[in-house]
Amino acid sequence: MKNKKLSLNGHTLLLVITIALFIVLYAGGCIAYGAKGFSHLQTFCNVLITNAGLICVSCGLTCVMLTGGIDISVGALIAMDCMMLAVGMSKGIDAVPMIIIVLIVGLVFGLFQGYMVGYLNIQPFIVTMAGMFFCRGMTAVICTDQVSITEQINATFYKWANAKVTIPFGGYVNNKGKYMAPYVRPGVVVAILVLVLIYLMLRYTKFGRSLYAVGGNTQSATMMGLNTKMIKMKAYVLSSMLCSIGGICYCLNTMAGSVSQALGLEMDAISSAVIGGTLLTGGVGNVFGTFFGVLINGTISSIVKTNGKLASSWPNILTAALLFVFIVIQSVFAAIREKSKNK
Amino acid sequence: MKNGKLSWKKIKSWNLLLPVVALLLVMAVNIIYDIANGNNPLAFFTITLQQTTGNGTILYGRIIDILNRGSEAAILAIGMTLVVSSSAGTDISVGSVMSLCASFCCMLLAGYGVSSTSTLAVPLAVGVLGGILMGVVCGMFNGTLVAYFKIQPMVATLILFSAARAIGLLLCNDLIVYVRNGSYAFFGGFIGLLPTPLVITAICAVIITLLLKKTALGMFIQSVGINPKASRIAGLNSKRIIFLTYVLCGLFAGIAGIVASSRITSADSNNIGLYLEMDAILAVALGGNSLGGGKFSLAGSIIGAYTIQAITTTLYALGVSAAQAPVFKAVIVVIIVAIQSEPVRNYFKKASLAKKAKEVA
Repeated sequence: MKNKKLSLNGHTLLLVITIALFIVLYAGGCIAYGAKGFSHLQTFCNVLITNAGLICVSCGLTCVMLTGGIDISVGALIAMDCMMLAVGMSKGIDAVPMIIIVLIVGLVFGLFQGYMVGYLNIQPFIVTMAGMFFCRGMTAVICTDQVSITEQINATFYKWANAKVTIPFGGYVNNKGKYMAPYVRPGVVVAILVLVLIYLMLRYTKFGRSLYAVGGNTQSATMMGLNTKMIKMKAYVLSSMLCSIGGICYCLNTMAGSVSQALGLEMDAISSAVIGGTLLTGGVGNVFGTFFGVLINGTISSIVKTNGKLASSWPNILTAALLFVFIVIQSVFAAIREKSKNK
Repeated sequence: MKNGKLSWKKIKSWNLLLPVVALLLVMAVNIIYDIANGNNPLAFFTITLQQTTGNGTILYGRIIDILNRGSEAAILAIGMTLVVSSSAGTDISVGSVMSLCASFCCMLLAGYGVSSTSTLAVPLAVGVLGGILMGVVCGMFNGTLVAYFKIQPMVATLILFSAARAIGLLLCNDLIVYVRNGSYAFFGGFIGLLPTPLVITAICAVIITLLLKKTALGMFIQSVGINPKASRIAGLNSKRIIFLTYVLCGLFAGIAGIVASSRITSADSNNIGLYLEMDAILAVALGGNSLGGGKFSLAGSIIGAYTIQAITTTLYALGVSAAQAPVFKAVIVVIIVAIQSEPVRNYFKKASLAKKAKEVA
């Protein structure tokens, strides 16, 4: 048993590479921009705060990708969630009922997409593309302007957004001689909770294991007696639900709803999952890797921002280059495995 | 009676049924809208000659406008059809590649770092060919990943989807490059009475049709799409054919990029080709082509692209804003793919069989 854990197969190796890359990137950032405050723990916390929503979304997306599918509607769904929250609250609905409404919308949307993919057997890319169009359009139907959530509109939500969860260590003394304790926002706590729960679910529950089974080989899974259609549908429901939770975290960070919000976030989430070692063909991957994928993306944009002189398009190019490297490595591994199988 | 049934069957199995019916529906909506508003019922179809200051006498009308505006999507749809057919996947990078080609072309014409120019730094042909060549290079990159590294098309093209637009911005030094030269505006303007984009689309379609029909390429692409392994055993170089379709797709993305940029005589990297990849994929699906690869119909895809533009123009005419229009597109996509899906088709087949059984009984 112990031996099995120690042996490095292709996927664990990829995960190790991912984690190592994150450490190298972060250490590089600390050395290059230590003087600008990059080495403070707060920088890392800021990466988490900005990407709390993305972590939730990527966890859901990983579950869908494990079944061999894809969900590109997530970015648009986040925009719709934020708009619903912003408009609902400015109409006087309280924070808690509004959050429940958002979650219910996510559930219904996920059921619809899941039914189309699982039971009608339509390509996931097309179904979720329609979902993306629908959500982006509905965001504009709800309201075409940018709606901000201020303290006057909803004090509870405002309080949540500005609440600080301080970390007892790793602070620094600023130039005025005041001790600054590092902090994260409540959204990060939610995101970490989601991450841990999904990790445990994928590892220890029947549903989690069946996701891997369906993605590995749908036909064998059916023959084993699994209800593959139902499992696929549940994966999309899970993705849309987590996306709605992510949308709330995202909204806590931006405190606004607008039509162009979270544009292209689905691609960030997909690239995070791929960099984290999830195969798009399904059956391989875990949320732990995805988490590091998100962190790598966040660190790259953080470094570019700290530098201040680099053009704003560099994070995109660097992430794409990383994606390129990772999928080529994945394909080389796949080719090696194929060869050893044939032998 | 028997004859009538036969022709109905023929119509049912006609591969352009779906796009043509969709187009007719859109026209019907337009006619009803015009009648309801007390306009001339045929206002949608009216084409008049109009004098303009820039282009001389041109044809003017809603149909001409649709044919003009829908050209980029139609050009992209040609390449997308081939890619879908050969590799059973979609190239989602075409919109970004369009933007990159436009930026590269304008950068060549204006010189690096110049944001606005009226004199060309290099001859027009060099800039335009350079832009199109950039598209071919992008196509080669995608094709290599898909054909030789066996990476899922969507993931392979995801790389350029996020990088191409960003590289375009870098080439333009984060500026919007304006090429205020009459000769560059030609590709998005008018040639005689007709809009140039329409003429370019027609030329592309004719050349690619000849290439597919006069050589065996069309058959090869279909055969690779239906079963790559069997085609390889039959002696086809499946990999090279898949690679070639991606290169062609890149080439058409380049041409579409030049047209889009010439329309606004500038390279607006952030907005050129935004969401156009979705329109192109939708056009292929609407054209009655299976997204699972195999048999394809170019004519269907092109009609599909213009149908989408007709829908968009109609929605604008009905007072729906540009941001809200995607809702209707989504509903249309869902209806089309649901009709095409296997369980629904099986259901209808069963229903018609049951009907026949009843008739016999």
